[in-house]
Amino acid sequence: MNSFFARKFVVQGIFIAITIILLMRLFYIQVISDEYILSAENNVIRRLPIYPARGVILDRNENILVQNEPVYDLMVIPREVKPFDTIEFCNLIGIDKKGFDRRFKKARSYSPYKASIFEKQLSVQIYASFQEKLSNFPGFFVQNRTVRRYPDSIAAHFLGYIGEVNQRVIENSKGFYSQGDYHGITGVEKSYEELLRGQRGVQNLMVDALNRPKGSYADGKYDTVAVAGEHMISSLDKDLQKLGEQLMKNKIGSIVAIEPSTGEILSFVSSPGYDPNLMVGRQRGNNYMALLNDTYKPMFVRPIQAEYPPGSIFKVVNALVAQQFGLINENTYFFCPGGYRYGRQGFMGCTHVHGSIGLKGSITESCNTYYGYTYARMIDQAGMRPVNAYKKWRTAVSAFGIGTALGIDLPGERNGLLPTSDFYTKRFKNDRWGSAFTISLSIGQGELGITPLQMANVMAIVANRGFFYKPHLIKAIGDENVIKEEFLKKNSAGIDPAYFDVIIDGMSAVVNQPSGTAWYSRIPEIEMCGKTGTVQNPHGKDHSVFVAFAPRENPKIAIAVVVENAGFGATWSAPIASLMVEKYINKKISRPKAYMDRLIDANLLPGSGKVIRK
Amino acid sequence: MNNQRSLFFNVDWFIILTYLTLCIIGWFNIHAAVYDPMNPSIIDLDTNYGKQLIFIISAFIIGFAILLFDNKFFNTFSPVFYGITILLLILVLIIGRNVGGNQAWIPIGSFRLQPSEFAKFATCLLLARYLSSGTIKVQEFRTQITAAFIILLPTALILLQPDAGSALTFSSLILVLYREGLSGYFLVIEGLSIVLFVLTVLYNKYVVLVGVIALTGTLIYFYRKSRKSLTIIGSGFLFSVLFIFSVDFAYNKILKPHQKNRIDVILGKVNDPRGIGYNLNQSKIAIGSGGLWGKGYLQGTQTKYDFVPEQSTDFIFCTVGEEWGFAGCFLVISLYLFLLIRIVNIAERQRSSFARIYGYGVASILFFHVFINIGMTIGLIPVIGIPLPFLSYGGSSLWSFTILLFILLKFDSNRMGII
Repeated sequence: MNSFFARKFVVQGIFIAITIILLMRLFYIQVISDEYILSAENNVIRRLPIYPARGVILDRNENILVQNEPVYDLMVIPREVKPFDTIEFCNLIGIDKKGFDRRFKKARSYSPYKASIFEKQLSVQIYASFQEKLSNFPGFFVQNRTVRRYPDSIAAHFLGYIGEVNQRVIENSKGFYSQGDYHGITGVEKSYEELLRGQRGVQNLMVDALNRPKGSYADGKYDTVAVAGEHMISSLDKDLQKLGEQLMKNKIGSIVAIEPSTGEILSFVSSPGYDPNLMVGRQRGNNYMALLNDTYKPMFVRPIQAEYPPGSIFKVVNALVAQQFGLINENTYFFCPGGYRYGRQGFMGCTHVHGSIGLKGSITESCNTYYGYTYARMIDQAGMRPVNAYKKWRTAVSAFGIGTALGIDLPGERNGLLPTSDFYTKRFKNDRWGSAFTISLSIGQGELGITPLQMANVMAIVANRGFFYKPHLIKAIGDENVIKEEFLKKNSAGIDPAYFDVIIDGMSAVVNQPSGTAWYSRIPEIEMCGKTGTVQNPHGKDHSVFVAFAPRENPKIAIAVVVENAGFGATWSAPIASLMVEKYINKKISRPKAYMDRLIDANLLPGSGKVIRK
Repeated sequence: MNNQRSLFFNVDWFIILTYLTLCIIGWFNIHAAVYDPMNPSIIDLDTNYGKQLIFIISAFIIGFAILLFDNKFFNTFSPVFYGITILLLILVLIIGRNVGGNQAWIPIGSFRLQPSEFAKFATCLLLARYLSSGTIKVQEFRTQITAAFIILLPTALILLQPDAGSALTFSSLILVLYREGLSGYFLVIEGLSIVLFVLTVLYNKYVVLVGVIALTGTLIYFYRKSRKSLTIIGSGFLFSVLFIFSVDFAYNKILKPHQKNRIDVILGKVNDPRGIGYNLNQSKIAIGSGGLWGKGYLQGTQTKYDFVPEQSTDFIFCTVGEEWGFAGCFLVISLYLFLLIRIVNIAERQRSSFARIYGYGVASILFFHVFINIGMTIGLIPVIGIPLPFLSYGGSSLWSFTILLFILLKFDSNRMGII
């Protein structure tokens, strides 16, 4: 004991005070704050996505249009590579030593600890022989993933393509997509993305400080399995589509064929097209740029994005509307002196001098004069101001699905153009205009824009005698063959079925009477009803248009064919349509090979110099 | 005397049990820190925990051997120990192995000897011998100078390695001097200097000045009645201001960039994400994620998967915190506190002032290690690399702490025999 004994308590007091400080701090970071628990999880848990197989798309007869094909990527984790027989390795996968060094250096500079792709997409043969000797090459392994494969190389516009998600998509997806994921960019792949992509699974892996995997977290308690995407049965007929694409080779235009009783699209050809396999694999980027820069715009989805004045096929619509309004009937005759005079000195020429011509004849022989008078009746003699009569006419026409997008299950569908009365009031600076001002509308020229899809839909309406189903591409989704409700709804065109007989008579005569404009395109044993059209093209040669449905009783197919810069509807579009119809209904073509070859071999691309290339 | 023969009845078994408990806790946590779930094995002499088992056994043999020495041996030979240590400290600067930037190890076969660890008990012994001799009074300036020299000589040599952590350990010996009669102001001044130094380097000197002025103002307000207090506060203020400016001047004008950088790194001012800052952050995450009861033995993810560096040596407490949670930390810290209080009590019951002073030395050094090490892992103080006594992996440190402790136990077991 000495005089400073009491200082023992000071010293012990310091020990106790410091201990309390340490414990308080520990209590805070361990018990009160949960910040560190989260950081610890972030440190150690890696959430690895497990990719589901994307849904397969079939045609209406359940033939595969697009499927998933496994590809084998050779992966390497540079740090785990141990010395091995480099020569044997190079021989196996078919590269030289230099290529090996270059690839290995690239992988190591990416990360020594993480797996990176050493060689993309090994062939199945190489994969098989490599797999046997895999144990000789520590640090290498094969990872399989799937790519889209199109066995018939058809229907590129219909199916669309998938591609890696960009930053904007990632942000908008609320965490669904992450870097490197694929999503549908166009076509069915895009419009059914949510169903096709399936549900991603997650595997929680633990990693160490160097990011090396160390087994599963919590014995996989929080892992989820991947759910494969739904398969889709599309409405497309593979053989018909193939024929359509063949016929449209070296032509610009579209073919749209619809089953009138359901609205299912049987054929959806946009020409020029491209092989959908080009949008897959290592050359994808180059192919994409080449397609984008092509002057004929193969990426343009013409059946829903190209708008044309419909030409003479619009006479069908006017004939039906005028009958519904009670302004003409099957016994209404007009005199055609070779043209229609309107206003003070307006004159709309006709193809022939038809003399006295009735409703049926006006369709069969496509008399412009007849529709000049008909249109004038609807606008000027409807018992109301022409502006209001025009509004009434417009409403009736839009019931045919003209002027607004039909709502097909594809992205990018255009509305087309059906001007409002305000449009003309603005143009003529007053509302005292009448039929003479807009007389082109009587024969489908002027300020009209109709997509090939809308044309085919008008035919479906005529085939059904007054109604249509929304045209669509997917008829059944998944194992339970779900169909979207909106596709089951009957839409009325607002025309009494009785008014169709005379029109259909006229359209049948177009094809099946020697005097009809499409006599050349008649089909043995099938009564096809059609209407030709020639669309005035201010930029070059006129566009050839033909719409039809067949057979007359219980129609199975309604079709619209547009071939740009091809002249008369009867020359190119009608024979193409007739082959499509025959193929679909009879499953074979009866006409001579030369008939088909003429169409297939024709090169109607503008600037190609000759019309027929042999 | 009867007592002298039955040595083990007189040994303080509380201390030995606490010591053993801490060693075993340490061993289990080292095992957990290096445990590889893909390759589980309990005994493998190539691993850290395998080696540590050898260290623990050999440390216990050393401790037991110390108990067999003659009581006077340590007093008599303390200048020799001190001399040898100083020589080794000089030697290590010449032939030492440089590990991690510190030239602190002398390789002997497969083991590495760390002289700075042994400097601790040698310095304690010599300090005890000096202060206990004859008519020495700590209040005298001469004594203070000599004592400071005994402490600062090894400190300076260790700083040259440079091992700031170990060197700082010796500052704890001021507690010994305090117990022996050094004015309490020295404690305050030492504490104040450390705080002001750290703050001045970390922050702008004017910010620190404002803080000092505010504190002084508050103190003056509370002690405005007492003239004596005001004088003390005034001189304290003056000291603080001068100190701040000299530190600032020395730090910015005299030190070379690499020296400055070293201080910055030690104080955590340079936040290198993979360097010191990373260590501190990961260490806090590991301990903080333990929660109240911890993740369970061998279940820690942060320590097991190498997120925490130096996890079996300086950062062993992270494993305790992660796998045993607050409960485990509480237990370990309580054991340390018990040990420290017990050592002070033992020191006080010694009849010889040599043994008492030595006992305080042991308590001070252990206290400093425990406080600095744990404080560092939980982000209370900057990262200073010193081991956690008895828990950290490493032969040199375990042996030196064992020698430190068992010499005191030896004195204590003989306390009755000394007049």
